[in-house]
Amino acid sequence: MIAAAGQALWSHWRRNPLQLFTLVAGLALATALWSGVQALNAQARSSYDAAAALLGEGRFDQLVPRSGDTIAQDRFVSLRRAGWLVGPVIEGSLDAGGERVRIVGIDPLTAPGGAGPITQAGDAPLQSFLSERLIFAHPDIAEALARSVTARVVADPGLAPDTAVTDIGVAQSLLNRPQELSRLMLAESQPRGRPPLDEIAPDLVLRPSQQSSDIGQLTGSFHLNLTAFGLLSFAVGIFIVHGAIGLAFEQRRGMVRTLRSLGLPLRHLVGLMAAELAVIALIAGAVGVVLGYLLAAALLPDVAATLEGLYGAQVSGALNLEPSWWLSGLGIALLGTGLAASGAFWRIARMPALANSDARAWSMAAGRRHALLAMAGLGLFGMAVGLVWLGSGLIAGFAGVACLLFGAALVFPLILERALKTAECRARSVRWEWFWADTRQQVPGLSLALMALLLAMAANIGVSTMVSSFRLTFTGFLDQRLTAGLYVATDDADQAEALLSFVDGRAEGVLPLLSAESRLAGQKAEILGVRVGPAYRDNWTFIAQDGAVWDRVATGEAVIINEQMARRADLWPGDRLPLAPGREVLIAGVVSDYGNPIGQAVIGEGLFGELFPETRATRFGLRTQTPDALRDALIDAGIVEEGQITDQSALKAFSMGVFERTFTVTAALNVLTLAVAGFAILMSLLTLAGMRIPQLAPAWALGLTRRELGRLELWRAVILAALTLIVAVPLGLALAWMLLAVINVEAFGWRLPMFLFPLDYAVLGALALCAAMAAAAWPALRLARTPPSQLLKVFAHEG
Amino acid sequence: MKADCLAARLALVLVLACPVQALAQGFAGMGSDAQGFAVPQPDPQFAFPQDHGPHPDYRIEWWYLTANLSGPDGTPYGLQWTLFRSALAPGEGPGWDSPQIWFAHAAITTPQAHHSAERFARGGIGQSGVTAAPFEAWIDDWRMAGETLEDVTLTATGDVFSYDMRLQAEGPLVFHGDGGYSVKSAAGQASYYYSQPFFRISGQLTLPEGVVPVTGTAWLDREWSSQPLAEDQTGWDWFSLSFDDGDKLMGFQLRQTDGTVFSSGTWIGPDGATRALQDGEVIASPLETTRVAGRDVPTRWRLEVPGYGVDVEVGAINPDAWMHTSVPYWEGPVVVSGSHAGRGYLEMTGYE
Repeated sequence: MIAAAGQALWSHWRRNPLQLFTLVAGLALATALWSGVQALNAQARSSYDAAAALLGEGRFDQLVPRSGDTIAQDRFVSLRRAGWLVGPVIEGSLDAGGERVRIVGIDPLTAPGGAGPITQAGDAPLQSFLSERLIFAHPDIAEALARSVTARVVADPGLAPDTAVTDIGVAQSLLNRPQELSRLMLAESQPRGRPPLDEIAPDLVLRPSQQSSDIGQLTGSFHLNLTAFGLLSFAVGIFIVHGAIGLAFEQRRGMVRTLRSLGLPLRHLVGLMAAELAVIALIAGAVGVVLGYLLAAALLPDVAATLEGLYGAQVSGALNLEPSWWLSGLGIALLGTGLAASGAFWRIARMPALANSDARAWSMAAGRRHALLAMAGLGLFGMAVGLVWLGSGLIAGFAGVACLLFGAALVFPLILERALKTAECRARSVRWEWFWADTRQQVPGLSLALMALLLAMAANIGVSTMVSSFRLTFTGFLDQRLTAGLYVATDDADQAEALLSFVDGRAEGVLPLLSAESRLAGQKAEILGVRVGPAYRDNWTFIAQDGAVWDRVATGEAVIINEQMARRADLWPGDRLPLAPGREVLIAGVVSDYGNPIGQAVIGEGLFGELFPETRATRFGLRTQTPDALRDALIDAGIVEEGQITDQSALKAFSMGVFERTFTVTAALNVLTLAVAGFAILMSLLTLAGMRIPQLAPAWALGLTRRELGRLELWRAVILAALTLIVAVPLGLALAWMLLAVINVEAFGWRLPMFLFPLDYAVLGALALCAAMAAAAWPALRLARTPPSQLLKVFAHEG
Repeated sequence: MKADCLAARLALVLVLACPVQALAQGFAGMGSDAQGFAVPQPDPQFAFPQDHGPHPDYRIEWWYLTANLSGPDGTPYGLQWTLFRSALAPGEGPGWDSPQIWFAHAAITTPQAHHSAERFARGGIGQSGVTAAPFEAWIDDWRMAGETLEDVTLTATGDVFSYDMRLQAEGPLVFHGDGGYSVKSAAGQASYYYSQPFFRISGQLTLPEGVVPVTGTAWLDREWSSQPLAEDQTGWDWFSLSFDDGDKLMGFQLRQTDGTVFSSGTWIGPDGATRALQDGEVIASPLETTRVAGRDVPTRWRLEVPGYGVDVEVGAINPDAWMHTSVPYWEGPVVVSGSHAGRGYLEMTGYE
C-alpha cells in the first residue's frame, strides 16, 4: 500500500516536471546564496583566527624594541633568566620566486600557549619541527617557497595567508638575521617575584595584547552585512519554494482523498509526503551547496580585497571548506523546505478524508487572508519602528530592517488587490473590466512571486541609494581631507630636514603629518598632530562643534575627534578626553572620518610634541599649485626618491578603489537576489498558465482571439510589475534610510547623509518591467498557440 | 634512575620511540645505538666533578632533587627540583642548532596543597644547561649552583610559590647497582646512576599563605642513559626512604604488562656503605588508593625488605601530590612507620 501510495505521489511530479523544477531550482538557489555567504564568512574568520593564533598578537602581551625593529637574542635569555616567561619571535619577509612570503620563526618550547601548527598537530611534528627544519606554509605560497629554500615545506591551510612558520633558528638563517629577534611574547601567567621590566629591559616596551576581538569586531559588521544579504536571498528563495509546495499540495488534494479512502492512514500519508519532500530538499540542497561554493569562489577575491583595504585583515585567497559547511547547507535546505511546507502539511492533516476535492488551484477566499496578512505586516512595521527607536546594536538594526521588509511583503497583497479593484471599478469597457477582474483573481497565485520581486527591488533601491550616497559623501570627504598637492614620506629625520629646507619658499605650506597609536576612551585609536593653518581651517567641516575649534586646537587646549569615537564612547564637544595619564583635554569638534575603522583624535603640533617627545614627523603634505613641477624638482635635487612621493590624485584614486571594491560584493548579491525574484515570477506564471485554460476559455468563446489573450497576459505581467515597483520605491527608500542612519552607525560608527538618485530608480524600474515582460513572454506565447480544441475541451468537461 | 619511566614517556613524545626502542635494544652493549647515542657499559669509571655535568651523547639525563622538610611548628613539607635533559640527537650544536632539549619540574607539597611548575628550554642558547665546576644547573631563573656540588643554593618559582634553599652534603656519593651501572630490566637495559642522599637543607618556602622557614634532608639523584624502558613495562613505583636510625633505602619496582614486577634497590648505611638489592629483594604492595586527577593511585604501601628486617607502611603526607606537568605523574613526601620509622619520597608513574 505504501509503495503504491508513494508511486501515486511521485506521479504528480512526473506529470508536472515544471513544478518539480521550480521547487528544486528555488531551493537550490536559496541554499546557494545562503551557503555561499557562509563560506565567505567562514573563510575570513578562519584566516583571522589563524593569524591571531599564530602570532599570539591577540592573546599575549608583547615586548617590542623601543626603537628599531630588532631585539638581541641575548636579551631573550637574560629575561628568561630573570624569571620573565617570554617566547621569542622573529618575523621578516622573504622573496620566494616573486612571491612575498612572511616568515615567522618561533621557539615551540617557550611560545606561550604553544603557538602555531606545531602544537596543534600532535606530538610527532615537534621532533620534525626541531630537527628536520620543517617549514609550515600557507598553501598559497607553499610551492613557491619550496622551490626557493632547501628545507622541507609542508602546506598548512590553518596558517594565515602568505605566511610560513618555522623554527626560530631556521627563520634566522632564512632571513639572514642571526642572533636577532623581532619581539617577545609574554605568557599570560608569570611567576612571582620578577624584577620590574623597566629595570631589566629599559630598551623594550610592553605592548598590551590587542583585544583578540579587534579584527573580529572591526570586520564583524561587514560579515553581518553579508549574512543579512544571504538571509534575504534565502528568504526570497523560500518564497518560491513555498509557492511551489503549496501549489503541488493543492493539486494533490484529490489524490490525497482517494488514497485515504483506499485506507492509507493519515500518519503514513503525511510521512510519505514528508519523506518525498526531504529527498527533494536534499537533492536541491546538494546542488545549492555546489552552486554556493562556486559563488563564494567567484566573490572571494573581492571580499578579500575589501577586508584588507578597509580593515587591514588578511584573508586567504583559496576557499577551504569544512564538512560542517556542507552539512549546514543541506541542513538549511531541509529547514527551509520544512518551513515552506508546514502550512501545506497542516492543511493536509486537517482535511477530512472524504472532503470534496475542489481542485481550485488557489483559494478564492483570499480577501480575508490578505487582510490578516496585512494586519501581521502592520504589526511588523510597528516592531521595526520600535527596534529603530529603542534598540541598539547591529543585530537590532538588522532585525528592524527585516521587520520592515517582511512587513511590507505581507501588506503588499492587500495593496495590490485594492489597487486592482479600483482599476476594475473605473474600467470603461467590458473587456478591461474582465481583464482587471481576471488579474485580481490571479493575485493570490502570483502574490508570493510578487512579494519576492518587491523585496528584491526594495533591497536594490535601498542598497544602491546607500552606496551612491556613500560615494558622493566619500568623494567630498576626500577633497576635504586631502588638501595638499603632494605627500612625501621621508626615511628619517635627516631626510626630513633636507626636505624642509628644500621646499622652504618652493611650496606654499608644509603640513607635517604626525601620528601615534594609542588607546583613547578604551578604544584603539590614532592621535594625529597637525599644524593648524588654512589647509585645515578652510576645508574641514564639523558634524558638531562648540566654536573657535582650530584656535583652541592650535593652543593645545582642545582636541577634535572623529565621529566613530564620538559615537562609540558618547563623547561630544564640551566633554573631556584623557589623552595621557593626567592629561585631559576638552573636545572642541567632531569630524566625519569615513572608511577608518578606529577612533582618531586630532591635536595641535605643540601638544603632540609634548605627549610624544620622541616622535618626529617623517611624512609631510606639501601645499602647492604646481605639484608636478615641485615633484620633479624634489627628485632632481635628490632630496627624495620617486617612490616616496604620492600625489593627491593617486591617493584619492586608491581610496576610491578601496571603496568601490567594498561594494562589489554587495552589488553582486543584489543582482543575484533580483534574478531569483525574476525567476520566481517566471515560474509562477508558467505554473498558472496551465491552470488558467478553464478561466480563459469563456473569454475566448466570447470572441477574444488567442493573440489578444496572449497580449493581455503580457500586459498583466507589466502592470503587476509596475504596481510592485510603485510600492518598492518608498520601501527601498525607507530601507536606505535605515541602512544609512541605523546600520551604518552601528556597523562603522558613522552616519551618512542620504541622497536620492531618481535616474537609478527609473533604470531599475525599466529593468524590472522588462524582466516581468520577459518572464511573461513564454507563457503568453504558449497561450497564443493553445490549440482551440483544448479551449473547447473546457466546455466538454463541464457538460 | 627514578624518573626513568617519566623520561621514557617524554622520549616517546619527543622521539617517536616505538620502533627506535627495539633497535636501541638490539644494539645494546655495542657502545652506541642505532641513532648514534652512547649506551651505558658495565664497570663504569666516573670522574668528578666532570660527571656532575651533562653527557650530551646519551639520550636522557637528570638532576633530580627531593627534600623532606619541617616548618617551625613541625608541619611536614616536601620539595622537588628536577632538571631533565633530552637529546633529539647525540652531541651538541651551536645556538638553535643544538639537539638538546631541557625541561624542569619544581613542586612544594604541604599536607593540604600541592603546587607544581614546569619550564622548557632549548640547549645551545644559554637559557638552560649544566656546568660541572663551579657547579651550576639552571633553566630560566631556576638554579642549583655552588662552588662544588657539596654546597649549593637552590631556587625555583612558580606562579603561586617559590623557594630559596641552601644544601650541604654530609656524606659521600652513593653508587647504585654495580658501582653506578644500574640494570633496569631483565632484558638488560641499564643506566649510570648515583646519588647524594646526605644533603642537609634549610631555607624558606614562599606559599600563597606566606613565607615558611624550613629545615630538613634532601636526596639528589643523577642518572643518564639512552635506553627507554622495555616495551612490556607500564609504570614505575619508586621509594627513597631515610630511617630515623640513619639507614636509607632506595627501592623501585617496574610494573610489567603480565602483572609481574621487576624490582631493585640499594641499602645505604649511615656512613654511605651500600649493598645492591636484586630483583625480588624489595617487595612493595599497595594498601590503599586515592582518586587523583581522574585515576586511582596507591598512596599507602606496605614495603618489605626481608633481608634487612624491614616491614613498613609508607603513607603519603598529601595523597593529592599530582604533578600537572606535560607528562603527568605522582610525586610527593611520605611518612614511614612499622618496623622502621622515618620519612622519604615516593614517585609513581604509569597510572592511567
